[in-house]
Amino acid sequence: MGSTRASQVTVTVNGEPLALEVDNRTSVLDLLRERLALTGTKKGCDHGQCGACTVLINGRRVNSCLALAVAHDGADIRTVEGLAAGDTPDLHPMQRAFLRYDAFQCGYCTPGQLCSAVGMISEPGPSAVTEDLMSDPPLTPGEIRERMSGNLCRCGAYVNIVRAISSEVSPASDAAISGDDSITGDDVAYSWLAARGKSGT
Amino acid sequence: MRAFSFARAASPQDAVARYRPGAAYLGGGTNLVDLMRLGVAAPEHVIDVTGAVSAEITATADGGLRIGAAVRNSDLAADRAVCERYPLLARAVLTGASGQIRNAATVGGNLLQRTRCPYFQDVSMRCNKRAPGAGCQATEPGADTEHMAIFGHSPFCVATHPSDMAVALTALGAKVRVTGPDDGEAGRVLEMPGLHRLPDDAPDRDTDLRPGELITAVELPPPPAGRPAYRKVRERASFTFALVSVAAVLDVGADGRASECRVALGGVAHIPWRATAVERLVLGAPPSPEVFAEAADAELRAARPLPGNGYKVTLARNLIVSVLSELLP
Repeated sequence: MGSTRASQVTVTVNGEPLALEVDNRTSVLDLLRERLALTGTKKGCDHGQCGACTVLINGRRVNSCLALAVAHDGADIRTVEGLAAGDTPDLHPMQRAFLRYDAFQCGYCTPGQLCSAVGMISEPGPSAVTEDLMSDPPLTPGEIRERMSGNLCRCGAYVNIVRAISSEVSPASDAAISGDDSITGDDVAYSWLAARGKSGT
Repeated sequence: MRAFSFARAASPQDAVARYRPGAAYLGGGTNLVDLMRLGVAAPEHVIDVTGAVSAEITATADGGLRIGAAVRNSDLAADRAVCERYPLLARAVLTGASGQIRNAATVGGNLLQRTRCPYFQDVSMRCNKRAPGAGCQATEPGADTEHMAIFGHSPFCVATHPSDMAVALTALGAKVRVTGPDDGEAGRVLEMPGLHRLPDDAPDRDTDLRPGELITAVELPPPPAGRPAYRKVRERASFTFALVSVAAVLDVGADGRASECRVALGGVAHIPWRATAVERLVLGAPPSPEVFAEAADAELRAARPLPGNGYKVTLARNLIVSVLSELLP
């Protein structure tokens, strides 16, 4: 209100209600990373062009760099750290698919890819590549590529990102697409996770 | 980013009452927040209007559709009535930006987004739109004019309007309902493309909105008869702005003559460009690729390409012919 440059906001982050005072200039991205130490969400371009900062706000994927925290009072925010809530072993099925299909190289864009993919698969309606606007088309690789075009991967891991998401949206296509099992990183990924779990205890 | 005070408006009247010089209305923020971060926009006061205006899409008594200005782009493009009756609009919206941005961006904000001219977006460059009187670096020798206007530009500004949605709304004859400090109860209506203005000597003004005026809704008349199409040519397959885009509607009567022809172009001017010469020459004629070519040539005769964007003249001409030919019965 008035002329103050800071505001009180109440948000729920990964299920946890929080009341905070924020400088009005604070983006949701900076709130997550700088105030809440949730550094899983990445700052890529800070201009809405790369998608690395994608989070789910009220269930919808958005660029958190372009979202002012003060304009999201009351919002339910879910980040990569909170995707797995309720799932075992502490990974969302989309995260497991990314591991299984080796859908990353450096991993910087991955939190944004994951949140975007999770949001994307529940979005209704056609895309720019859908023939029939009145259909809710199956998420073919072509549909996935178009719908994920807001997430850039400088390593160029797109082929396996599409494979991973395909495996989640249609298990039938999983078999067809994953014909070459040698490219999956299941064993490596899970042994790494297991080792990490052990070293932490 | 400059510090600012913030308020959330509860109604259009509340938003207008909170407006003062130096204030900015905030929709989804996908352009404004970016411009604030770049230092291009520096409002002292930000008024969130996403809760002030309608976020609903409703049928109107005349058989059209009323789209609240706070409707998100993704909800607009997924709306069954829009997809069924105004596929041109759904297609245009779906070609714009990314899924994340469409989820946040609003219809009102889409229309009021600023140009992506690199000289406008970089505060180290000279730009009359950002700083009136500073000059236009895009008109100087050696400037990068590849993405600039070919129609209606002035020595003061050669930027283009970036919206895809606005191009479709222009072809559909949409009316933009606004309310402001001096507009009274009923507000004011601007018919597309009349919301936006050519740059002439005041490119800092993108639109004919008066200070403090707020877009409350976009009203679509009943859809025109005929087949619609939106085609966008860009430098990559997705998530980038148009080099040139075309929104078109064509209907052919029982007598074999064109009974409806609407053509609007994106990426070519400071406004969504209604191709009135094309429409005039096609309407009433027995439509054919030859007729479309003559009509497109007539339209493009008014083009004034810059040193780096002559390709847009050829591209626009060929796109008009191709899209209209596709719409032949």
